[in-house]
Order: sequence, then structure tokens, then C-alpha cells
Amino acid sequence: MVSIEEVYHVSRLAKLMITDEEAQRFRKEFEEILSYFDILDEIDESIPPTFHVLEISNIFREDVAKKGLEQSEALLNSPRKEEGYFVGPKVVE
Amino acid sequence: MKVFEWKNLVDEKGCFEAVSELIDRIERSKLNAYITICKDEALRLAREYDRGNLKGKLAGIPVAVKDNITTKGIRTTCASKMLLNYIPVFDAHVVEKLKSEGAIIIGKTNMDEFGMGTTTETSYFGVVRNPYDLDRVAGGSSGGSAAAVANDEAVLALGSDTGGSIRCPASFCGIYGLKPTYGLVSRYGLIPYANSLEQIGPMAESIEDLALILEVIAGRDERDSTNSGRDFIFREEKVERIGIIKNMDASEEVMNKFYEVMSNFEYGEIEFPSLKYSLASYYIIAMSEASSNLARYDGVRYGHFSPFLTSWSDYYSRVRAEGFGMEVKRRIMLGSYALSAGYYGKYYLKALRARTLIIEDFKKAFAKFDVLVSPTMPSLPFRIGELKDPLTMYKMDVNTVPVNLAGLPALSIPIGFIRGLPVGMQVIGNYFEENKLLSFAKIIEENI
Repeated sequence: MVSIEEVYHVSRLAKLMITDEEAQRFRKEFEEILSYFDILDEIDESIPPTFHVLEISNIFREDVAKKGLEQSEALLNSPRKEEGYFVGPKVVE
Repeated sequence: MKVFEWKNLVDEKGCFEAVSELIDRIERSKLNAYITICKDEALRLAREYDRGNLKGKLAGIPVAVKDNITTKGIRTTCASKMLLNYIPVFDAHVVEKLKSEGAIIIGKTNMDEFGMGTTTETSYFGVVRNPYDLDRVAGGSSGGSAAAVANDEAVLALGSDTGGSIRCPASFCGIYGLKPTYGLVSRYGLIPYANSLEQIGPMAESIEDLALILEVIAGRDERDSTNSGRDFIFREEKVERIGIIKNMDASEEVMNKFYEVMSNFEYGEIEFPSLKYSLASYYIIAMSEASSNLARYDGVRYGHFSPFLTSWSDYYSRVRAEGFGMEVKRRIMLGSYALSAGYYGKYYLKALRARTLIIEDFKKAFAKFDVLVSPTMPSLPFRIGELKDPLTMYKMDVNTVPVNLAGLPALSIPIGFIRGLPVGMQVIGNYFEENKLLSFAKIIEENI
């Protein structure tokens, strides 16, 4: 069972505003989809999880300085900028 | 159109004329395969080719690029309102490679929003229509790339495949599409959906053409830490032991067509006990990774924004509500749920355990067989709007997702038609055995 409160809780975690209509729809769909996922419950806990398929680890490149983006390039797609900075919303409420 | 046919055309009328005609064809097309057409730059390069200034393995060949692959100075939208006006300031590794070999990037192709879908119906720019029946979907998520190649609106194309997104539309549009081994092609510049599953891969009208473009895009790139550093060179290899994965799913007519083709070969059969877990495992992993990846869209650095700067939490939540479509929201929400306190062990960790079982089944199978085969899709191309609820849609990926969970290479080969609609066969190979895959596919190509 998925409750409507849970749907709103997740929407806050995901930083995604949803309408009441969407919440109702998601609640119903999530119940169906999550119960389909229950098939995994029969898998033995002793089986190790695979996080990554390639047997490679710690691939580092040489520690040499390289040219990155220019400041103007990094800011190009930003709707609000000031003196070479991004302007974001207020963090402290 | 195959590469050699394009070359004949260019020899006959010049590259500029050939590219002009191709762009006309795109502009008149009803398929909706492209989001952006790079007309001026394509024509400029075509002229350069005619002057003898464009060189390389793909010189003068029009290539379509899926719109989740970053192109410097060319709008890259992921078919989302969120990135409607996003102009990248760098090229993806694969795009650098295409350019260095003289390819002409003809445009950016339509897709499911952020790659999340099986039909391109989730695109902000509308559905891609199937070249064989305009009332049906071209498949997804790389539907635009597949439709463009099938309808001679490009000669070659790049797609990306997270759970079947190259193979499904290749099957539905009657072309060839390859998802390479995880790590063969750099993901640098591929706008991420689910990093541990996805690969960029080629789409074309022949095996030779598929191999040609794969040779160009594969290889070392230190900007992708999961890159294997391996190159790819096509050479034909012997394929002797062919195994059918018996419990993969398809409608009776698709299955009959598949076995009709396979009756020309000697084959063994194998069953995958883990197959019943693959869809659940895939969707939990993909959604979880998506919920994390798509956290970057904050309406501050790039992408959709709101003119009103309110508090951080409100601004962020509102911008994302406006910018993302329904399916993207659904997957972010489910991914956040699966990773949230109390559910991590039940969903995410279990999905990763299932992944281990799937890899083990493949290991056992490749001890016996060189290649494994199945129908690519469980059905013929769907009618537009036919699949209504999300779970039914997800289930259409049943044959394609196991390969992504394991990181193996797989391709879809056209094997004929049922009532005028294309049918595809999936061929799966062992890690980095693209040559075996392509060699076997070539035998089928020559015999159909």
C-alpha cells in the first residue's frame, strides 16, 4: 500500500512540486509498479550485489593541468548571472 | 541508404547537391525524426567535401545524432522542455570523433524525454512516426535516429541504449542497431539518465556500415572513468555455437518469424532462470540512478528557469515541476522512493542482487555458446497511443534490459516483415566480442 502522504513525502525529497491530481495518479501507479517489484523478495540475501559490471577500478588520469571551460562559457546557459557568478535563489529561509 | 550508395550518389551529383536533397527530404518528412536540423553547417561541410577539404573514414557522410548527445553550439534538448534552449559549450567524445573523420552532422534526432520511454511518445516535441506505418510508433527511445536512417533522412546515426533504446527502434524501423559492450564507447558528453547501464551506439542499414561507424566512435577517453580504453577494428570471426534464449518473450507471430530464420542454422537452447527478475531489477536501478542524475536541473546554471526567484526549495521544486514531463517525473519519484530511508534494502540492494544472478546466467550461457539470440521486441510496432499505463510499457523492454544489466554487447538485425511491419532479431555477445556479433549478423544479412 502506498499512501498519499508517502507520495507527497517523496515529491519533497525529489524537489518536485506535484498537483493533487498528479499525486492521486502516482499513488495508484506506484502501488501497481511497486507490487510488480516485489518479485525480487524471493532473492536470497546471501547473493552479493553488483554495483558495477566492469572489472576495473580507480582509473586515474595523469595529474596535469588542462584547459577547462572559460568563465563566459560556463555562464553561457545561465538565465541570471552577476559579476561572473551564477545568481541562485535564497538558501536560508 | 547504405554508405556505398551514398558515395555513388555523391560521385554522381556532388556532395552539396546530395546533402541539399537530403535536407529537403527531412523538411518534407512526416516522421518528426529531427528536433534540430543543422542545415547551414551541413551544407558548408558538403561544399568543403566537394572542394576536397573534408577527409576521413566518414568524409561527406550525413550522420544524425540523438539529442541527448552533446554538440557544441548546437541546441541539445534531450527532447525535454527542461533543456529547450540549452546550447552546449563542448562536444561529446563521439561527436569529436565523428568530426575528426569528416562526418557531416545533419541534425539532432527526436527521442523519448531523457531517454525514458519505448515509443518516443514522451518527447516534448511529439512522437516519431514509423516509416512503414505512420499510425505506429518508431520505437524508443532513439526513435528519431532509427526513423531517419530507415527513411533515408540520414545515412548513419548515433543512438544511446540504457535498456533497449537502440535495439527497440532499430527493430521497429527495420534497420541495424548496436549497443556496444559497457565501456567500449566513451559516455563523455552523453547527458546521463542511468550511468551504469547506458552506452552510445551506432544505427545503420548494413552490418558493414555499423562496423564502420563503431570503429570511429570506440576507443580511449580519459574523461569517462568507465571507459575500457579498447579500440575496435572490424574483422570477421567464426561463430559456431548459437544459443536461443528459450524463455525470452514474443507474440506467436513474432516467434514464428524468428524460428523461421533460425531454422537455417544449427542451434542449441538455454533457459535463463533469472529472466523473471530482470525488468524489476532494471527499472529500480534505472530510476534510482535517474533520480540522482536529474537532480542537476535546478534552473540556475542552465535549463528551464522561472522568472521569480523565491526560496531555494520552492524555486527548485517549481522549476522542475514545469520543466519535466510526466514519465520523467514518475521515474524521479520512484527512484527517490527506492533510495529513501527504509526502502534501500528492499528495492535498490535487491535489484543489484538480481543483477548478479543475471550476470551469472550469461556467464553460464557463454561457456556453451558464442552468441545468444532472441526476438528483439515481444511485438510488432505499437499503434500510437496503444500502450496506456506505465507498467505495460515497461514490460515491452523484457528482452532488451538483461544485456544492459550485464554490460554485454547486443544488436538488432532486421529479419523480415509481418503484414508490412518490420521484425528484429536480437544477437547478444560476450564482453568485447562485437566482432562475433557482427560476423553472425552478417551471415543473417547475406541470407535474408
